[in-house]
Amino acid sequence: MNPGDLTAPDIEWIALSPSLIVYGAAVVGILIEAFAPRRVRYPAEVVLATLALAASFAAVVGLAAGDRGTSKSQVAGMGSLAVDGPSLFLQGVIVLVGLVSVFLFAERRLEPAAHGARVDSFAAQPAAVPGGAAEQEAIRAGHTTTEIFPLLLFAVGGMLLFPAANDLLVLFIALELLSLPLYLLCALARRRRLLSQEAAVKYFLLGAFASAFLLFGIALLYGYAGTVSYSGIRDVVAGNPASLDAGLASTMGNDALLLIGGAMVLMGLLFKVGAVPFHMWTPDVYQGAPTPVTGFMAAATKVAAFGAMLRLLYVVLPGTRWDWQPVLWGVAIASMVAGAVIAITQTDVKRLLAYSSIAHAGFILAGVVAVSEDGVSSVLFYLAAYSFVTLGAFAVVTLVRDAGGEATHLSQWAGLGRRSPLLAGVFALFLLAFAGIPLTSGFAGKFAVFRAAADSGAMGLVIVGVLASAVAAFFYVRVIVLMFFSEPKADGPSVVIPSPLTMSVVALAAVVTLVLGIAPQYFLDLAGQAGTFVR
Amino acid sequence: MESLIALLIAAPLLGAALLLVGGRRLDRVGHWLGTLLAAVSFVLAVVLFFDLLGREAEDRTLSQHLFSWVPVADFQADVAFQLDQLSMTFVLLITGVGTLIHLYSVGYMEHDERRRRFFGYLNLFLAAMLLLVLADNYLLLYVGWEGVGLASYLLIGFWQHKPSAATAAKKAFVVNRVGDVGLSIAIFLMFTTFGSFAFDTVLPNATGTSEATLTGIGLMLLLAACGKSAQVPLQSWLGDAMEGPTSVSALIHAATMVTAGVYLVTRSADVFNAAPNAQTVVITVGAVTLLFGAIVGCAKDDIKKALAGSTMSQIGYMMLAAGLGPLGYAFAIMHLVTHGFFKAGLFLGAGSVMHGMNDEVDMRRYGGLRKHMPITFATFGLAYLAIIGFPYLSGFFSKDEIIYAGFSKGGGQGWLLGGVMLLGAALTAYYMTRIMLLTFFGEKRWQPDANGHEPHPHESPLSMTVPMMVLAVGSVAAGFLFNLGSSFEHWLEPVTGIAHGDSPVSHGMVSIAATGVMVIGVAGAWFQYGRRPVPVVAPTGNLLTRAARRDLLQDDFNHAVLVQPGNYLTRGLVYVDHKGVDGVVNGTAAAFGGLSGRLRRVQNGFARSYAVSMFGGVVLLVAATLLMRAV
Repeated sequence: MNPGDLTAPDIEWIALSPSLIVYGAAVVGILIEAFAPRRVRYPAEVVLATLALAASFAAVVGLAAGDRGTSKSQVAGMGSLAVDGPSLFLQGVIVLVGLVSVFLFAERRLEPAAHGARVDSFAAQPAAVPGGAAEQEAIRAGHTTTEIFPLLLFAVGGMLLFPAANDLLVLFIALELLSLPLYLLCALARRRRLLSQEAAVKYFLLGAFASAFLLFGIALLYGYAGTVSYSGIRDVVAGNPASLDAGLASTMGNDALLLIGGAMVLMGLLFKVGAVPFHMWTPDVYQGAPTPVTGFMAAATKVAAFGAMLRLLYVVLPGTRWDWQPVLWGVAIASMVAGAVIAITQTDVKRLLAYSSIAHAGFILAGVVAVSEDGVSSVLFYLAAYSFVTLGAFAVVTLVRDAGGEATHLSQWAGLGRRSPLLAGVFALFLLAFAGIPLTSGFAGKFAVFRAAADSGAMGLVIVGVLASAVAAFFYVRVIVLMFFSEPKADGPSVVIPSPLTMSVVALAAVVTLVLGIAPQYFLDLAGQAGTFVR
Repeated sequence: MESLIALLIAAPLLGAALLLVGGRRLDRVGHWLGTLLAAVSFVLAVVLFFDLLGREAEDRTLSQHLFSWVPVADFQADVAFQLDQLSMTFVLLITGVGTLIHLYSVGYMEHDERRRRFFGYLNLFLAAMLLLVLADNYLLLYVGWEGVGLASYLLIGFWQHKPSAATAAKKAFVVNRVGDVGLSIAIFLMFTTFGSFAFDTVLPNATGTSEATLTGIGLMLLLAACGKSAQVPLQSWLGDAMEGPTSVSALIHAATMVTAGVYLVTRSADVFNAAPNAQTVVITVGAVTLLFGAIVGCAKDDIKKALAGSTMSQIGYMMLAAGLGPLGYAFAIMHLVTHGFFKAGLFLGAGSVMHGMNDEVDMRRYGGLRKHMPITFATFGLAYLAIIGFPYLSGFFSKDEIIYAGFSKGGGQGWLLGGVMLLGAALTAYYMTRIMLLTFFGEKRWQPDANGHEPHPHESPLSMTVPMMVLAVGSVAAGFLFNLGSSFEHWLEPVTGIAHGDSPVSHGMVSIAATGVMVIGVAGAWFQYGRRPVPVVAPTGNLLTRAARRDLLQDDFNHAVLVQPGNYLTRGLVYVDHKGVDGVVNGTAAAFGGLSGRLRRVQNGFARSYAVSMFGGVVLLVAATLLMRAV
């Protein structure tokens, strides 16, 4: 092959615009960090990120309105990215979650002002040793880390690619693209920095470990199919390979490679969604990371990773469903049961929500293993509903504070409903949505996935799921009881009045939770229309 | 004209709404507003009555469809009214007596702080009672049925600061619930049998339906009637209901609401006519209750409770008559109306006496009041003569007709029923004379009350005596008018049908016998209470007297047969709940808690052990996938 043969890649700019806008803005954000004076960085970054994500969302809506999700779905970027219903739906959710997270990131009214400068929840000088002289100096100077906004944009960019990836290598790149900024963001807490750094290192180590498995799985799949493209692998699984690679003649079509490789790639994705037994990082990271980051990560990563998993299972591996379906049943059951059971004895709000997210990963898996259009649309709906409830819940957590920063120990939340009935009421709404009580989005979502699972014949899974929901209801309601029916502690935390930024996040999350709960049909229909993958 | 029917109900309903939510600003005019709206309803009723009179007998049914209430596939419930001769009779009675009693209450409740609320409840009662008798289907009737139950509950417990009143209200409510269950089951049965509960579907189709079903429906309707009309075995609440203000006792617990059971049976005539066994049970219930109430009435020293026993007994007559079928329906309703006059008059008289006697109710502490309360004495006396069946007064006509209808049943049954009713008539004369003598004749026996206040008996104000006078006129004349050319019988004939049996004794014989037993009863009472001074403290009395004073042990019976086993059952269930259900629940919770505590230890915080568990997880995942392929 000589250089003259190299053709320029054929890029569908319009179809890929949602992600491209985000990458562009992220790069501009880095340039701002490099060249703009310190005092304009914060407003510039916030405005840039907000506009970029809003534009990206507009692009998603525009594409969807142009039937790109249904009749005109296509594979773009020379076979590497799918633009179809599920990817557009999930990209829309991710961009919205990212947009709302920008507000949480930009909140500067919670921490006491440092020498006149308002500061956010992120470390003043991340490079400084915690507790050291350099850190003290940075805090005194009122420094802030505005790099969080480009990092957020990069993470969102990776997440946009993840569910659209139509090629194993793109899948891997997207995974790293979304993970690396998150590792960094996790380490950036202003308070309890050691815990934050510990969380980031754990996340990084375990994430790298999981990526290694995923990469190895990709290699095995390449060995099996001679290609990394989804459609190519599917053709080989179906028994009609497009071409035979002579160098791989000894391994091609070897089912052992397919099964082992598939399982390993799947494992990488299960790690990201926090399913048992790949969930161990979740509580530690959720607890240690700055709460806005936890909220963003818990909401958006799950959406992206489940999107990628759906595409892998429904587009690449449907031919081997009889092999992986029972295994995923097991994973779903283990996640639901372990998440719900271990959450019972948690005493920290953020860890409690972490275990709850593990249980929810199990519920969503129940919809994934249905292997039907209903399964896809129910998972899409569930993800949209769940991500907003999660964001709202973590946003509330950022507001309950005492002198030491956020008061996350459950005993500190006792009697909160007496002092701040409105906030406690909203949090109770989110908890009820997590528990799947009717008239909240949680119920509609859970009902949809369980129905899809039941229709596919997984009655046992549904029964375990309902029982696990009952167990989970216990600890959600326990928090409500604690907030409303316990005496407040004398020196308990107080609720800080935030800026309109956080307030809008909480309000939006509450509205979405109620709307999806009371009138879910429109959104279920939307998810239903978006339920077909391009192949 | 049809459109006026809804207004009949709307007027008092509006009054109830205004008075109950209007707040204190209506305190000053509330009672007159309530009375006015009751009167409006009465005027509308009179207008409608004359409209009906102007039509042919067959055309005297007006109906009004207000709106579709629950339209669900085959289940069609409408808010629609039917005004025929039977409803019209009730509407006139309810609004007429109701208006008089509103007027009476203006004076009677003058010193009560919550008078506005009282009138709100009274108006609510009127609206519900009118709904009950105007509904054109059983479901809407049920709404009215519950509405009058609610109003009755609220009014019995009106003086809720008195524990006895609160308890009495609760008792009335609970006992009525038993009857209400009967009505709902009857409606269920109608819906499954006829696919509807509208009168014009159920009643015409009753003939030709299996007798067993009709007997079931009939017995359930009877259960409902027993609850509302205080018939054995659901009679126990009526005596206690006298805790309410006396005007309430007069309106609800004498003249109107308690007769709703008779209305229900009469309205369902077609069902009962086709279910002779159910009719026999109705007759039995009526016969037993008429004696039961009369015996209780003979023993009570509390004037209102004695009258309550009498009410029960008189409704027993009506129920018995209704059980006789077309032989008796018209006379059941006729007695119902005349009873409405004289019993309301008696209660209002009793209220007037209490009003003048510092709310004393023990007749042994009255005596000689005729000199102090001439108007009350006169009106009470006329009502007294009417109820004991003094010739040519109201009770004489209506009761004799029922007794005659009982004989007309024929055979041994006829003799038995006639005999029982004549015995009841003797007892009626006895207990009413006793009340009369104890209250108005003899020496004064009243004493200073606990606070040292000597009662100063005085005549009540005009707002109270005028209604009593009007009712006295009704007590005297109604029976005669109704009997004139059998006008009442013919008026009701299109609704209830009419039949004449083969009586072994003539009509005149019955009248003579009834008058004879009346004289015996009066004489008996006079020998006991008129000839010699009455002791202020009641003598111990014989076994029957003591039992009768305890309402023939009705509460003891209910306690032993229903309450106690119920308590044991509840305790048993609570035990099972605590030890069994809670044990399982708490055990499960504890088990999960323990499991959770154990599992969380796996989360030890070391990245290395997390990595190991991930590695183990991958191995498991791969192995499981391969295993799935292998099997």
